This record gives sequence, structure tokens and C-alpha cells, in this order.
Amino acid sequence: MAYPANYRYTKEHEWVNAKDGVATMGITDYAQHELGDVVFVELPEAGKKLETGKSFGTVESVKAVSEIYAPVSGEVLEANPALHDKPEIINSDPHGAAWMVKIKLSNPAEVEKLMDSAAYEAYIAAKGKEASA
Amino acid sequence: MCGERRGIGNGFVEKMNDKIKKATRHTNQNEGLIFEKSSPGKRAFELPPLDVPNVDIAKTLGVQHRHDGVEGFPEVSEIEVIRHFTRLSTWNFAIDLGMYPLGSCTMKYNPRVNEFVARLDGIATEHPYQSQELSQGCLKILQLLEKCLLEITGMDCITLQPAAGAQGELTGLLLIRAYLEKQGNSRKKVLIPDSAHGTNPATAVIAGYEVQNIKSESHGQIDVDKLRDLVTEDVAALMITNPSTLGIFEERIPEIADILHAKGALLYMDGANMNALTGVTRPGDLGVDVMHLNLHKTFSTPHGGGGPGAGPVAMKKFLEPFRPVPILVEREGGKLALEQVRPDSIGKVRAFGGNFGVLVRALAYILAYGPGVRQATEDAVLNANYIRKHLEGVYDLPYSLPSMHEVVFSDAKQKRNGVNTMDIAKRLIDYGFHPYTTAFPLIVPGALMIEPTESESKEECDLFIDAMKGIAEEAAATPELVKTAPHTTRVKRLDEVGAARKPVLRWKPVSHNKAAD
Amino acid sequence: MRYLPKSPAERQEMLVAIGAKSIEELFESIPEKYRLRDALKLPGPFSEAEVIDYFKQRAGENSLGYTSFLGAGVYQHLRSVITDTILLRGEFLTSYTPYQAEISQGTLQAIFEFQTLMCQLTGQEVANASMYDGSSATTEAVLMAERLTGRGRVLVARSVHPEYREVLRTYAKNSGLQVEEIGYTKNGAVDVARIKSALQDQDDVAAVVVQSPNFFGVLETLAGIADAAHAAGALLVVAIAEGISLGAVKPPADADIVAMEAQSFGLPPSYGGPYAGVIASRDKFVRQMPGRLAGETTDTEGKRGFVLTLATREQHIRREKATSNICTNQALCALAATVHLTLLGKEGLREMAEQNVAKAQFALSELEKIPGVKRAFDGPFFNEFTLEFPRSVRIINSELLQEKFAGPLALGTAYPELSKHGLVCVTETTERAEIERFATAVKNILSRPL
Repeated sequence: MAYPANYRYTKEHEWVNAKDGVATMGITDYAQHELGDVVFVELPEAGKKLETGKSFGTVESVKAVSEIYAPVSGEVLEANPALHDKPEIINSDPHGAAWMVKIKLSNPAEVEKLMDSAAYEAYIAAKGKEASA
Repeated sequence: MCGERRGIGNGFVEKMNDKIKKATRHTNQNEGLIFEKSSPGKRAFELPPLDVPNVDIAKTLGVQHRHDGVEGFPEVSEIEVIRHFTRLSTWNFAIDLGMYPLGSCTMKYNPRVNEFVARLDGIATEHPYQSQELSQGCLKILQLLEKCLLEITGMDCITLQPAAGAQGELTGLLLIRAYLEKQGNSRKKVLIPDSAHGTNPATAVIAGYEVQNIKSESHGQIDVDKLRDLVTEDVAALMITNPSTLGIFEERIPEIADILHAKGALLYMDGANMNALTGVTRPGDLGVDVMHLNLHKTFSTPHGGGGPGAGPVAMKKFLEPFRPVPILVEREGGKLALEQVRPDSIGKVRAFGGNFGVLVRALAYILAYGPGVRQATEDAVLNANYIRKHLEGVYDLPYSLPSMHEVVFSDAKQKRNGVNTMDIAKRLIDYGFHPYTTAFPLIVPGALMIEPTESESKEECDLFIDAMKGIAEEAAATPELVKTAPHTTRVKRLDEVGAARKPVLRWKPVSHNKAAD
Repeated sequence: MRYLPKSPAERQEMLVAIGAKSIEELFESIPEKYRLRDALKLPGPFSEAEVIDYFKQRAGENSLGYTSFLGAGVYQHLRSVITDTILLRGEFLTSYTPYQAEISQGTLQAIFEFQTLMCQLTGQEVANASMYDGSSATTEAVLMAERLTGRGRVLVARSVHPEYREVLRTYAKNSGLQVEEIGYTKNGAVDVARIKSALQDQDDVAAVVVQSPNFFGVLETLAGIADAAHAAGALLVVAIAEGISLGAVKPPADADIVAMEAQSFGLPPSYGGPYAGVIASRDKFVRQMPGRLAGETTDTEGKRGFVLTLATREQHIRREKATSNICTNQALCALAATVHLTLLGKEGLREMAEQNVAKAQFALSELEKIPGVKRAFDGPFFNEFTLEFPRSVRIINSELLQEKFAGPLALGTAYPELSKHGLVCVTETTERAEIERFATAVKNILSRPL
């Protein structure tokens, strides 16, 4: 699966798509692949303040639970209601329909500091080499 | 290739039967849920008639009265109950049927005399609040078990209260915390090796400590140099499992104890692997300050599908004042008593003093062996090494140090064909065995953790070795057969994802189910 | 040794196969100075007959031949021999935790049935497959409420079992949870007015914990408590120590979490354990519920089967973030409860519960005839009640021993204000003749001068 060129990425495998002070975020294809079939997602409510690097939710598969870390700081505008009934969208469309939260950015400059798609693809390629070493 | 793929399923399995020596197909009864057999008016149990005047229940209980009995409760006959549970039982694997090579579980024989004595009138019937004059028999049992476990562990005192290993770990950490608090500083962190069982970090958090993971070194042992750097006066304790979850003895444990003690920290030992040590060496002699035992592992009390167990905690003298109450004491004239008040005690970790019935079984086991209990340990280590010798080269062995009572392989060789440890484990079921422990310890990706225990005969060990070799061959030649195993069980692989996405955790009458959809 | 399936020749064969000269070689990784030279000093070895003899002797030094009026969290009830017939089947007794679902369907289906029975009994939507006992279930329920509300204070009725409260205190000390106790009224029930005032204008209470029937035997009125708790954003946790009461008493439907002891369902008293605790609650709270859960599913061929599910809450996956550290639970005890309740069935449970009420009422009326003896609290009760005596219960009990009675529990240690009070429990197993003999004995003891 391709990593959209206009998105930004974190080392914890989240993606951010920012425009006009609002960012949408989710987890990457790499992350959903590591997790396996997703069974449940726990997301915050609108209004919740997010702090960069701090956990704000969880993604659960049959054999693991992963924290979701805020890639940027801001306030939650909306959590994706579709994920409640169909968490499996995260596996099938992690970069699109499986967006997790929309955030009102408190500091739009933070987004620029994140990896671009090329850097992220290099990052996960290196991880792959590590794993099979 | 095509011909073989077409053969997956019944045809292929029949062809495999002459390779599988231990198990065969057998007709097996179906059985629904007990609620599905229920019909009003059926009774399975009758009570003797009331010998006192009847009362108007509705009047006596008033608004609290439950008028209609428990809705949905089963109404079946005695024979239906017998058939129901008997049929269900035939769907289980069990130690009584064959080996469970589960690493660190110590699935040894559960002696039947233990069940008999635990059920005796005068043992099973005793109330924990009856006066101590009426409980001297129970108290003597507790005292003798305490003495035996102290002799086995080389420690100074013990509590039999914790209900299982995890509760024992918590008790141990609470003892450590209480002791350090009395010294003026309860400290913040507990060091835990990355190879540790999940209960260790979970318990440390409940005890109010931060967990700091310490990576194992290249041989799978605790990295002593790294430890030296990590032990500061902020560290309360290291939780060690010995032998480690790789089945390897931590040779430098006395040095590890010294490093900790020098900084005022303590050494906690998870006693899950005592089956490698009993009668051969004693944790107390090695520098351990406090440890728990798993009576449902080393001391043969039955797992019963998941418990009950018991997790006594043995400790050095300096931790004695903090023991959970009540404390067993001997008064003059040899009378035993339970003392409920101790000023520095950490309190109670569970009600009523402990899983007495489990303690009885463990004592019966120890009495049967007596001083000869070392033989069990030797046979356990012998079996593990025999299996290791025969499977080395067939499966990848990530750590080459000598194994004690368990050995950890990995699926690295079989992975090349897309067959992983879970698949191999599932195929082992077709061969008539319960799977070994998969995917643990976490430091070995694709682990196969094998602990035969001393209860396995050479014959059973040889059958196991043949099975594992057979599966390795299949993984190389016909991997699909292994990846889609098991083939011979009542149910095939179950949809765990569906069960977690839309949990159905109880039976409901049909009309309710439809409404729920 | 009869538990070891090896002959000396076989051991030798295996050593040769390994390439070791002696078994000692296999222990060389243990530094020599720590390897024991002598055998441990342990009693035995005992043959089977000697093991039995040892325990029979101990059994003879306990309470055989005595009639007990003790309850207080551990109850003597009829149990069918069939429960042991099933429990002793090797496939149940000696099987492991059902992580490998394909070969554990017996255990898993039985757990599923247990979970169902617990829901039916308590009126809740989901129940787990057991905690260690009622005290640990209550503690875990409180910790669950803490996680669900994000709050750190809990109000606990003093009429909750003293040992349950002690265990909660031990766990609370280390988690920073603040536990506040609420007293009881002259009816023997929790002081609801005090709860209301303790909750007023507070937004830091995670749970209110009561027990029903409570430690004094009194049935609590839950509706008012539930409303007050919910209005303050707190959860209502109801502990149940005597589960047979649910055959005649309305289940705590207003509770958010029920923490129940299952000992009454076919588990012998066994001097304190093993028992089994259960947590039952609402579906919406299930992901914060500790303990194992068996769920229904289908296999690759569409056949119904059962698996352990929602396991990511548990220690073996979540490790330091687990909902609890519990690993081994009380599965065999839960199985005993499942068999027992299935045998009793709807009518049997109702009948047993009603016999308990009738017997307890009879015992109370007999005992109240004794001059100086009166019931301490006047709330409705199930099978236990508190009596006030004209003198120390401990002294009465030591004299009752001569008559082969294990008398009422003296409440003075746990409740210093109840220094002359004793808790009497009567179940369907207490014979009328023994109740009458007991009343006569108490009367005689009290009529003697001090």
C-alpha cells in the first residue's frame, strides 16, 4: 500500500493530514499489519485536549493492544464514528476511511517537523531489515 | 504439488494416520448448552422436607422477595446433568490423557490420593471461623506445610495466604515496600527482565511501582553489567525467575543478589520454575530475599481448567514482621493458634487465610515423596534434556546454554516455508499432544517453549519427539497441512477475531437473541 | 516412586542418548557450592495408605461431631455427590487453562454456562469466569470502577464483610485509592443519609460499596443508594457473600457491578478455601472487567464453539497495563458451582433459599424466647441474624463447646461497639432438633451465674 505523499508520519506509525489549521490522523498500513485483525478502537470525545507524544486512545487486536500517541497537539474536533461498529476498516483502508480523529491544531508548525512519506518509507524499510537480521 | 493440495482434509489425514502413533479418530458425542435442554417441571435434585414451620416468604422478605425464581435457570433431570458434563469433559485434553509440554506450567501428574484427603470429613467441612480448639488438625497441617516449604526453599518464614502465583508476587512486592518504607524510603522502581512472565510487570504496577525493563544479554541471562548500572537507590527490587523462562539457570544469581543488596535493594524470585531446583539447590542459599511458589505447578495440585492454585511466599527473617495476618504460632503445650494482630503486617491479601484445600493437596504430595523429592527434579531435567538432544537441529535453538527442566526452540527454520510456532502447535494436537507454550518468552520470536515434567515416561517422550520430527518434515514438504491444523478435533480453528469484535458472553433465550441483532 | 514412570535402566538409556555420564552433569550450571549434598529433611516417603492415615488423624482433631451456627461469609449447604463425580473426571480435574480452544471445548462451554448462570442470578448483563473469592472480586470491582470513572475515592459500608474491607485496604494503600467507611443504622443497614451527604457536591467518588445480605445478615435497600451514587457520577458496587439468597431475594438490578462469592454454590467450607469470586456487570463496562471471559464463536466450518476472548485486557498480553494481574483463577471451583446450580435448577434453588428463610426464622423465634437474648437489628434478613446477649459471646461459646456446638460469631473484634453481639447462621442443613438443642443450651448457660 502506498503512503500518501501529502501526509506526514511519526515513528509510532501514525499519519497526519493537515490543512488550514485542522489535521486528520490515523495509523499507518505498517501499524495495522503489525497488529493483525483489529477488533476494537478506543477514541477520545470531542473537546479532549491532546499533547504531542502522549497516549490518547488504544487500538486492539486479538493478541495485542497498542496505544495511539498524539502526533501533534491540539483539541479533538471529532472522532470517527464508523470505527466503533466496523473497526476492521483500519485493516482495509488505514489511510482513508479509517481516519481516527480530527484535531484543531494548536501549533500548525509541529506538522512540518514530522517525517514525509519518503522518510517514513525508509524508516519502516530499515525496521524490516532489523527484524530479519 | 497439486495432488497433495487436493488431498488437504480428510483424505490427507487418513494417509497421515500411520505416522501418528499416539492418537486416532474416535466417535465423540455432541452436546448443546444446558439451557437448551431445559423444560419446566424437570428436577435434578431434591431437598429433604422442611422440618420447621413454613413461613410466608413474600411477607417475610417484603419488597425484597424474588417472586418467580431465577429466570432462565436450567430445569433438567439428574441423568441429563451427568450426560451433559460427561460429554463436555470428553472434549478436553488433560494430563490424565497425555503430555502437556507447556513451558513454565509444570503440568505434572495430579495424584488422586490428594483429592481423597482434601475431601475427608473433618478436612473439607471445617469453617475458618470455628474456634481454634476445634481446628488443631487444620493448624497442624498448615504448620507442617510451612516447615516443609521452608526446608525446600531455604528461607526463614512463610505465608500460605496468597491464592495463586500472581497474588504471591503482589504479596512479595508489598512486603518489600513495607520493609523499605520502614527504612524511610519505599523507592520507585522495580527491575524486570524482558523474558519475565506477564504477571511480573502487571503486579509491580499494582504494588505502586514503576516497571523498568532490563534486556537480557546474548545468552538469554540477566545482563549483570547493565544491572550494576541500573541499580540505584531508586530501585526497590529485581524480580528474577530462576531458572529463567528460557529454562537456563542464572549462574550469577549470587552476584546479582550482592549488587542489589549493596544498594539496599532486594531480590525477588518468581518460583514458577522450582521444578528444576527442588532438592538440588535452595533459593535462600543463593541470596534470594523473598519468593513465591506455585503449588499448582511444582507441588502437583490440579489445574482444573485454570485454577485454583496457591502462591505461598517465603522470605528471609528481616521481612517477617510484615507478613500478612493471621500468623500461625505455637503456644505452650504445643497448642497451635492464629494470631490476627501484628503491628507491621501488610494486612490481608485475601479473606480467610488461604486456599486450604489446595494446601492440603500440596502437603500430601510432599509427604508421598519425602526426602526423595530430588528424584522428581532429576527426572524433570533428564526429560527436558533428552527432548532437547533429539530436537536440536530439527528446530532452531536460539540459546545454547544448558537447559534445566525446560527448553526453548524457535520456528526460524520452519518460518522459511511460512509455518510458524502456532501452526506447529496446532498440528501437534493431531499427533495426540497438547501444544507447548507458543510465543513466550517474548525475547524469542516464534518460541516453542517445552517442559515435559518428570511425569512423562520415556515412551511418551519418544512419541513426542517423533511427533515433533514428523511435523518438521511436514513443514518442509507439505506446509499447508501444518498451517491449517488441527484436522482431527471436534472443532477446527475458531474465529477469535469475530469473538472479540462482537463478544457473545452468555446464552440468551432465542427471542432475546433475535432482538439483540 | 509411584509417581515417576522411569526404571533405572530407562534413566540410564536416556543419559546415554544425551551423552551425559550422570544426572549430576545436567546440574553443572548450578555453582557447586550451592548444590545440596544431602537429602532435604522432609517427613516421608509415605505410601498411599500412610498419606490417608496422616490426614484422617488430622481430621479427627477438628470439629467432627459438632453442629455449627457459623456463617459470616462461608456457608454450609447441601451439595450433591454428583458435583464431585463430575469434578473428579480427569478431563476436568487435570486439564489446563483453555488457551488451546480446539481441545478445551468442555472447559470453555462450562465457563460460558457459568457466566450465563451468574448473569441470571444477579440480573446483570455479563459476568466473568471467576476471581479468587468474594474479597478479591469486591476489590477488583472497586479498581474497575476507579478505571471507569477516573476517580480516586470510594465509600464502603461498614456493614460489608470486615475481611473484604481489609483486603480492599491492602490493595488501596498501594494504588493511592482513598477508602472512606460509612456506618450503619440501628436497623443494621448502611446509613443511606450518610452516603448521600458524603456524595453531596463531590465529584471524586468512583464507587459506593455495599453488601446484601450484609455482614449482619440484613438485606440492604439499594434503590436510594443507587440514585445517590449515580447522581454524583459514582458507580454502585454490590457485594454478595451468600449467593443462595438470590433464590428468594431480588437481585441487585440497580448495581453497576456485582461482586459475588460463589462458595455457597457447591463448594465445601474447606477451612477458608478454595472458593470462587465473580464479577458481573453491564455490557458497556466489559472491556474494563478483569478475569477470563469465554465467548461464543464459530470455527472455520461454521460450527459453534467457544474461546477465551477479550484477552488483551489480561496480564499475559497487556503486562503492566493489564486490568488485573490475575492469571490462575478458580476454574474448577466455578465448574463445581456450574454443576451444583444446574442440579439445583430453578425450583431447587428457590426451594433451598426458602428453606433457609424458614429455618432462620424458626431459630430466631426459639432464641428470642430466652430471657436476655434479643435481635439486635430489625431489617429483613435471609439466613443470618445478629443477636444481643447479656454477656460475652466468647464465654458463651466456650461453654457451648462442651455441648458440641460451634456457636455464633462474636462480633466484638471487628465491631468494638457490638461487644455482646453474636452472628447466628442457619441453613437448610441445620436440623430442627439441633436448633432446639442449641436454644436449650444457650438458655442453660445464661441461667447459670457468671
